[in-house]
Amino acid sequence: MQITNTTNQKGASITFLGRTKARVSSILRAIVSNPKIAFGVGVVVFFVLVAIAAPLLTPYDPTASIVRGSLPPSWRHIFGTTGLGQDMFAQIVYGARVTLTVAFVAAIGSTILQIVMGLSSAYYGGMVDEVLSLIINVFLVLPGLPLTIVLASLASASGASRSEFVIALVLLFTSWSYGARVLRAQTLSLKEREFVAAARATGESSLRIISSEILPNEVSLIASTFVGTFVYAVGAEVALEFLGLGDTSRPSWGVILYWAENNAALIVGKWWQFVPAGICIALLCAGLTFINFGMDELSNPRLRVERPPRRHLISRKSKAVTSR
Amino acid sequence: MRYLFRRAVFYLIALWAAVTFNFIIPRLMPGDPAEAYIAKLMTQQVTRAQIDAIRAEFGVNPNVPIWRQYLDYLNGILHGNLGISTSQFPTPVGDILKQSLPWTIGLVGVALVLSFFIGTLIGILIAWKRGSWYDTAVPPFLTFLSAIPYFWMALGLVYIFGVILNWFPTDSGYDVFNVSPGWNMDFIGSVAQHSILPVATLIIGSLAGWVLIMRNMMVTTLSEDYVTMAEAKGLSERRVMFHYAARNAILPSITSFSIALGLIVSGALLTEIVFNYPGIGFSLYKGVQSNDYALVEGCFLVIALAVIFANFLFELIYVFLDPRVRHGKK
Repeated sequence: MQITNTTNQKGASITFLGRTKARVSSILRAIVSNPKIAFGVGVVVFFVLVAIAAPLLTPYDPTASIVRGSLPPSWRHIFGTTGLGQDMFAQIVYGARVTLTVAFVAAIGSTILQIVMGLSSAYYGGMVDEVLSLIINVFLVLPGLPLTIVLASLASASGASRSEFVIALVLLFTSWSYGARVLRAQTLSLKEREFVAAARATGESSLRIISSEILPNEVSLIASTFVGTFVYAVGAEVALEFLGLGDTSRPSWGVILYWAENNAALIVGKWWQFVPAGICIALLCAGLTFINFGMDELSNPRLRVERPPRRHLISRKSKAVTSR
Repeated sequence: MRYLFRRAVFYLIALWAAVTFNFIIPRLMPGDPAEAYIAKLMTQQVTRAQIDAIRAEFGVNPNVPIWRQYLDYLNGILHGNLGISTSQFPTPVGDILKQSLPWTIGLVGVALVLSFFIGTLIGILIAWKRGSWYDTAVPPFLTFLSAIPYFWMALGLVYIFGVILNWFPTDSGYDVFNVSPGWNMDFIGSVAQHSILPVATLIIGSLAGWVLIMRNMMVTTLSEDYVTMAEAKGLSERRVMFHYAARNAILPSITSFSIALGLIVSGALLTEIVFNYPGIGFSLYKGVQSNDYALVEGCFLVIALAVIFANFLFELIYVFLDPRVRHGKK
């Protein structure tokens, strides 16, 4: 390993750029070729762009009362206005920022925790594994949302911490266990492979083996647990805010629904205070889920739909590919 | 047996962890949560006894060492003492939970069983006809349905079926004004009628998971040789589908029961809140709204215990279903 590394160093630095380019283009090709991934990525990119371009899309301040009371959708206010006369479209567009940021921060933090717990648990084995996987499994059986509600209600009661950051932290804390278990299982099988044994024989440090031999081989799995955690974080964030455990003065998708429910918007038929936020959440979560399904299909050819089904042919082909 | 023993020990540790979390979390919070809660309650009528109850809940008594507090707390839990509710003073939290737990268990139980059977059946059928138009259409549609937040869908159903069409009642667990609880037909009928919408919400929200797991496993088993063999023998389509393919594909669905349980419990909490359904989730919500921390904590503890217990139960079923586990291989 080390010998080949030193002799190839010059060549490696030259081709590195080219290889990255090739890899990026192959990833792009995979995205375009799979309709599920293409749809999912499209939806997510759409919402990210909307969140970034919020000031360009609407002239209104989402928190300012611009009209009297709640108006139904019209050309001036395409999603209508809230009970306080705020423009609903502006609230949705600016709210996307809050919801996406909180969920993203929580999912990133959670993924890092998953990697640390899952990989070190599997790689070191022995007592470390016993203790860490006990912690992982305990978190796995503790019900997530109730724990999240308990933490968030305490945090919001003790004053200063009524911020999105705390919500993100709470979500991080309650969402990491499933991914950690998945990564642990994958690492357990990876660490028995020859290339890891070879790296160990050449005297590489554990940290280096984990970070540059094992981790790169789990990128697709990490990506899919990241997306899964993101979906969970969006749902849980919206739920917490719907319960009034977030910053209710700052519009986000959950807070919009909180006010809609508080003003009994639906009972009196003001559906526009309630429909847009829900559709946005559902679209975003469905888009993310489709990315995951698409990635599943890419890595497990048996799940791909082929027409007309030729069963015995498919079975012979897929057996060679999927036997792990 | 060794395996079962190990699992039993694990669930005991999980129980202990849930109980201990309940003890540690408020004590780890920055500042003084007891004071914060008392300050919040000061805006309402508050009595000396209520303040004492809050202090007891958070254990903010500097004269008692922390390990002593912990032992007292464990002792209290073992005797079913979960503190006193401040919002419904002086009702013990345990009494409130005792009333609401059956509602939640009923709701979650029915929804879980129904969505498992319906979802698995759909999964079997669309895997059998893979490549057909409904195999391409059903999974994405269900995925979109399950991406809708539970409470939002519940609100939507309330609006459509409760407010506009007025088909179903949308509030509470039974007709509070005309029916008295008990084992009579009126009450049971009323409960059933009131549970249709909440259960429907939960089923729609959790169906996709079952369908997809089952479909994907079915697709894998359908390409096994013994299925081809069964077809070649000329067995009926139904027999091949259920006795050869589905029977071998269903194990992962059983395994994911525990994860689904966690999801559906979370969903049930939100659904109960929307329907004012008198279960644990609604109690939790009331606790959150009225800053009744003892109630919030008690609800969490009961939910955690119930989920852990249910997980253990499923594991027993799994051991029964999968002989490999029974004979000590992992």
